[in-house]
Amino acid sequence: MTSEIIFYFLAAVSVITALMVVFSKNPIYSVMWLIACFFSIAGHYVMLNAQFLAIVHIIVYAGAIMVLMLFTVMLLNLNRESEPHKSLLTKGIATVTGGMLFLVLLAAMRSTQLGAYASPEASDAGFVQKVGMVLFTDYLLPFEMTSVLFISAMIGAVVLAKKEKH
Amino acid sequence: MNEVVSTAAPQSWYLVLSTLLFSIGVVGVLLRRNAIIILMCIEIMLNSVNLLMVSFSAYAGNTDGQVFVFFTMVVAAAEVAVGLALLVSIYRNLGSTDIDVLSKLKG
Repeated sequence: MTSEIIFYFLAAVSVITALMVVFSKNPIYSVMWLIACFFSIAGHYVMLNAQFLAIVHIIVYAGAIMVLMLFTVMLLNLNRESEPHKSLLTKGIATVTGGMLFLVLLAAMRSTQLGAYASPEASDAGFVQKVGMVLFTDYLLPFEMTSVLFISAMIGAVVLAKKEKH
Repeated sequence: MNEVVSTAAPQSWYLVLSTLLFSIGVVGVLLRRNAIIILMCIEIMLNSVNLLMVSFSAYAGNTDGQVFVFFTMVVAAAEVAVGLALLVSIYRNLGSTDIDVLSKLKG
């Protein structure tokens, strides 16, 4: 019962903060709401007994990505509410499209084959030891390839953000 | 942790939650014109898919899904770095991050 209440609370926080990200006028507030959303998702990971991913999620998203986003918002001086708005028709169509996508996805997921366990507490799939074993045996090559991806992303970011000489 | 009596939320709730989060992300991409907020909405979508994958992994007792989520996070970090660098150079050239200004590729 307790974990159901925690689930409801975390789910409400995730949905409300995600909506606030979309509907905040000021980009700084959007970033702040996004941080709250990510923390609630980390809470979901803890509830799903995926401790390793919960920690990695907080480190990567709250630690790295959000700092980068905030830096960019402040660097570009976007913290004002001057965004011109789309027409009411476009907004209505966008919202209806999103709602219909939600319904279609839900309908498609009704026939999903759910997991074998009744609760995530019964499985130790998310423990650091298990994840580490799988990561460094079955997925060793993809793991090493991520370093190539990161170095190319790093070089790409530096090249793109560098000031061009005229 | 293992000896806790099972009172967890059923997995279908996680399906509904991540579908809802994904739809919110899609609405955000369609609704907003500021490129940085569109990037944030893409992050919400990536995270909703991650949540779905972790729930399936946890309920099926299979670790592979969590390794895939790990790789998704890696790709998301690289994507944000490159995306924000693109945004900075766009802002430098056009003085705005409004996506409606970026119509030069239209031809």
